[in-house]
Amino acid sequence: MSEANPAVDPQSQLAPSTVVQQLQFGLSSKPRTLIGDAWRRFRRHKLAMIGAFLLLLFVLAVLIGPSIYLLRNPEITDFKAYTEQLDFVTILAGPSVDHPFGTDDLGRDQLARAVYGGRISLLVGFAAMLIAVTLGTVVGASAGFLGGAVDQVLMRITDLFLSLPGLPLIILMVYLFREPVQKVLGQEVGIFVIVVGMIGGLAWMSTARIVRSSFLSLKEKEFVEAANCLGISKTAIMFRHILPNAFSPIIVAATLEIGNAIIAESTLSFLGVGFPPDTPTWGRLVTDGSQFLQAGAHLALFPGALIFLTVLSINFMGDGLRDALDPRSRL
Amino acid sequence: MTQYIVRRVLIAIPTMLVISFVVFAILALAPGDPLAQFALNPAIPQEVRQRIRESFGLDKPWPVRYVKWLTNLTRGDWGMSFSTKGPVIDLVWQRIPQTLQVVGIAYLIAVSLAIPIGVISAVKQYSIFDQIATFFSFIGFSVPSFFTGLTLMLVFAINLKWFPIVYSSTLNLNSWSAIVEQLRQMFLPVMVLVVQQTAALTRFMRASMLDNLPLDYVRTARAKGLADRAVVIRHVLVNSLIPVITLIALGVPTIFAGAIITENLFRVNGLGQLLITSINNSDTPVVMALTFIFAFLTVIFNLIADIMYGVLDPRVRYG
Repeated sequence: MSEANPAVDPQSQLAPSTVVQQLQFGLSSKPRTLIGDAWRRFRRHKLAMIGAFLLLLFVLAVLIGPSIYLLRNPEITDFKAYTEQLDFVTILAGPSVDHPFGTDDLGRDQLARAVYGGRISLLVGFAAMLIAVTLGTVVGASAGFLGGAVDQVLMRITDLFLSLPGLPLIILMVYLFREPVQKVLGQEVGIFVIVVGMIGGLAWMSTARIVRSSFLSLKEKEFVEAANCLGISKTAIMFRHILPNAFSPIIVAATLEIGNAIIAESTLSFLGVGFPPDTPTWGRLVTDGSQFLQAGAHLALFPGALIFLTVLSINFMGDGLRDALDPRSRL
Repeated sequence: MTQYIVRRVLIAIPTMLVISFVVFAILALAPGDPLAQFALNPAIPQEVRQRIRESFGLDKPWPVRYVKWLTNLTRGDWGMSFSTKGPVIDLVWQRIPQTLQVVGIAYLIAVSLAIPIGVISAVKQYSIFDQIATFFSFIGFSVPSFFTGLTLMLVFAINLKWFPIVYSSTLNLNSWSAIVEQLRQMFLPVMVLVVQQTAALTRFMRASMLDNLPLDYVRTARAKGLADRAVVIRHVLVNSLIPVITLIALGVPTIFAGAIITENLFRVNGLGQLLITSINNSDTPVVMALTFIFAFLTVIFNLIADIMYGVLDPRVRYG
């Protein structure tokens, strides 16, 4: 805590006179950093904190949940096998202690499937975001920094991508190319690559525009001129000097993009062009469960609520990050 | 002004051509034979298969086919569907009314909800109303629309039985009771799209109002002694609507894309459902036509947004 009174701080190495001086001017012993300031502002955003907490919970659940389950049930050795274990005695059962999320029409434990599928859903969101943000940053940075013809061409390409019919095109591309890609990369990896590639490959444009406009204003700053005088290479100036100063809007855009990608993947699964039926991504679980709305509504509602809460948490975090990193914007 | 519009249109036309070319190339180069269903049928001899190929023009290289497709398109010929064996254009015309009804009504409701909510949220920033509106708009764009649809279906169609679960496409709108029935079955698909669109538009409206409220002209208006209501509605709202109207135009393609989901969920026999069934049937001409329509909507509404921005805000035109 930077507000801690240095006079009672045992770690403080300052001479008493300095302490008095600092107290007089209302200064604290530690300087305030950029990240520290951002964190202070982020912490004030209650919903963003709740979102961050929930998201952390979900990530931990899908990462270490299976291990905990295996530790508590030594008779089960393979978690993936457990998610596929059929049990025709308890089919379409509602939530209970044994099966907190109930069981589906084949008696499979829905919590185990949601945890296992959550890994894929969250990974799709994260990977698609990485592709979109990397592409967007490279395009935006090149356009903004190099200017001229490069800028013209890159921005025309960006406009063209913005005119593409997003969802129909993703559906079409995944449908057409999933089989050949699966043949090369294997069943699960193949569909993962094509889904992530298409979602990320059609989502970089807004990042590119944001990065370009940051670069346009940043490249006129004195520190760039100074770097130029020192003879630093153009690539180094672009990525080592200007890019860190343009991080704030990129981080916000990246956060929101994870949420959009998770929704996009679940939509693809819902329309039947995403992951195959035996891969329990959250979107897939909702789709399968939607056939039993009357017999067992929990089958669709629980994984649906997981998608919704994850994306809601991410959006609240994005909002909090925007307030924290870019206090001037108001959207 | 004319010069501005002409310039925008001149950018839109090549965009459209490039997109149609790319989509055509993707479909042509994609693995998988559109006539696979015939290939598997041993009753069809080789030469008949060849003749079917020729009759659809599939024996020619794809750039030739693209030029042919494009010239036919300008004459209103969209090709023949592989699965119905009828003209694609007829299929499209059959499906358009259902999609337009649902999408149009949903968008009208969404816009007429979003503008007042956004205005009140901004004028009374951080009030309880603003916080509730903000919270609901976050929910609105965090929930996948198929999940909104399923939840609404569960509550209103299955439990309360207020609305039918499955959309009936055979309804004949010649009596009052049929029209009421039509409105009832449209209610849930429309609501799904309303939830999705209102959320985003409310945020934009609020942000745009907040951008304008601290400006000098607002203070001038207040200093003149104008009533609060007049300042907000006649001065701030009118100026804040400029970016929002362009966003409303840009949102039209998104709501059509949203229709793909709702139509498949509620079995509305519109364009979105046709797209998914055609993709599953490898009906390339229909898929091509529909993708082209979706692309056309995107380009045309981008164009409309640009032009409206120029018309409403002179700074853009001369900038």
